[in-house]
Amino acid sequence: MSIEFTTLSLAELVEGLSSKDFSARELSEGYLKIIDDKNSDVDAYLEVFDDVLRQADKADKRLKRGEGSTLTGIPIALKDNILIEGKHVSAGSKILEKYKAAYSATVIRKLKDAGAVFLGRTNMDEFAMGSSTEHSAFTITKNPHDMTRVPGGSSGGSAAAVASGMAPVALGSDTGGSIRQPASFCGCVGLKSTYGTVSRHGLIALGSSLDQIGPIGRTVSDVELVFNVIRGEDPLDSTSIPNDRYPREVSQDTTYTIGVPRGFFERGVDREVLLQFDKTLKELESKGHTIKDIELPNVKYCLSAYYIIMPAEASTNLARFDGVRYGLHVEGENLFDDYVKSRGRGFGKEVRRRILLGTYILSAGYYDTYYGKANAVRRLIKDDFNQAFDVSGDGVDVIATPTTPTPAFGIGEKSDPLSMYLSDIFTVPANITGLPALSVPMGTVLDKGATLPVGFQITAPILCEDRLFAIGKSIEQIH
Amino acid sequence: MIKKKEVEKLAELSRIEISYAEKETLTKEIESILAYISEIQKVSSDILASDGQLLTNVMREDKDPHESGVFTDVLLEAMPKEEKGFLKVKKILNQE
Repeated sequence: MSIEFTTLSLAELVEGLSSKDFSARELSEGYLKIIDDKNSDVDAYLEVFDDVLRQADKADKRLKRGEGSTLTGIPIALKDNILIEGKHVSAGSKILEKYKAAYSATVIRKLKDAGAVFLGRTNMDEFAMGSSTEHSAFTITKNPHDMTRVPGGSSGGSAAAVASGMAPVALGSDTGGSIRQPASFCGCVGLKSTYGTVSRHGLIALGSSLDQIGPIGRTVSDVELVFNVIRGEDPLDSTSIPNDRYPREVSQDTTYTIGVPRGFFERGVDREVLLQFDKTLKELESKGHTIKDIELPNVKYCLSAYYIIMPAEASTNLARFDGVRYGLHVEGENLFDDYVKSRGRGFGKEVRRRILLGTYILSAGYYDTYYGKANAVRRLIKDDFNQAFDVSGDGVDVIATPTTPTPAFGIGEKSDPLSMYLSDIFTVPANITGLPALSVPMGTVLDKGATLPVGFQITAPILCEDRLFAIGKSIEQIH
Repeated sequence: MIKKKEVEKLAELSRIEISYAEKETLTKEIESILAYISEIQKVSSDILASDGQLLTNVMREDKDPHESGVFTDVLLEAMPKEEKGFLKVKKILNQE
């Protein structure tokens, strides 16, 4: 196929398919070819599905009948923690290495209805615990911009697949930044939408009060298109937001007031990242947006609260992997021994660490000290954001920060768990508060001789994703 | 301060076998993580006293079950040990 489809947006691909410039089969064959060329170096995919062309042929038939829908024939990569019936789904873990999903996630059902073609499953930190994809039980994904560096995580495989042209778009999941941070490191756009907008049914849980599935793409419009397909109320996820709570009309504003919490990132941010961030703010100002300094007094406690709430929820969620009903089973002397051996060998180091930490935090003597306090702090942080967005006062429309304090770090560079945790500092608040946040590339920085992308993060009030897309598109025009 | 003995207890409670060497490193790592997250203790308790419940559990209504038996085969297939349509497990009661 001669057409350079990797430079086309999803809308252009949809247009090309419906006007028969190329077929869904040709498009999928094109992507399989790129995967064949590049995946052995980048290691973004854990598995490429064997039925990609069959799915594409089905899409072609559908298009021929004139029954094409929003994404008919569009290939998409899936993070390895989203269930797709009959396929292996491992969450990057040995304990689920041979597991086949018994049912499909709601997002899969929606994408299938829209006609998407599933390319394969992408690498991730085991059970989404990590910020580099180095905690995968299977392989380390490389950053396509510098193969000695990490792609970020935990959705590192999805971001690397999109960045290297091995998929036009991918799904990830975000518990503390796992979509936005790898998007930032790989030069992609990543969306963590309002908690409850995208069903979690069929997502292997990490922290249930924090998890959201979302798209990683090359452009804001691509991410917006996929978000509009996968969002919506789902009776199978009782925390999904009822459809009647969505705003009736999309805001027609073209300029916004952007709040900048300087106090939050005055320390610990790479100088080049900060320069690029300020440059982008200036450009936004020259486009008619208003920039305003704001304060979020309690946000400094956010990462502490997160590393209490998330392991607490994770230790609870991961109790189900017992080697009895499904997954890895290691034979012991008695039932207790079966449990400890199956879980001891099935879970990797970071997972073991977080389960133990979560168990400690939830133990009777420490519950109030940690978990109780973290939940109270969660409330304070939410109040800070509500105050910043206050519509009755002089609140701002959105809040901007860098997505990450640094560009992509080297493979093996952050061997101490705490230093890895600190790379989530700017992304965690959106999960703690449930607010929607988008990472958009804001150009590149130079780090030890490498030119690396960095992301600009925008956070909006609940259900105001339209503002993220509008400002995100403004930023795309700048860079 | 967390002690190695506590880490052993946590591993037992978590049903996870860990090696002797890992107990040492985990003790140090958990210690440093706890030191970091203890930052949260600086938040004044007075502010917190007025706090209402932010999150509540949302339960699915217990109705409209799926048709009985539709998932049986696929679930049986996923089981490590299965016999005549049943999950096979070890004895849970000791005769002693």
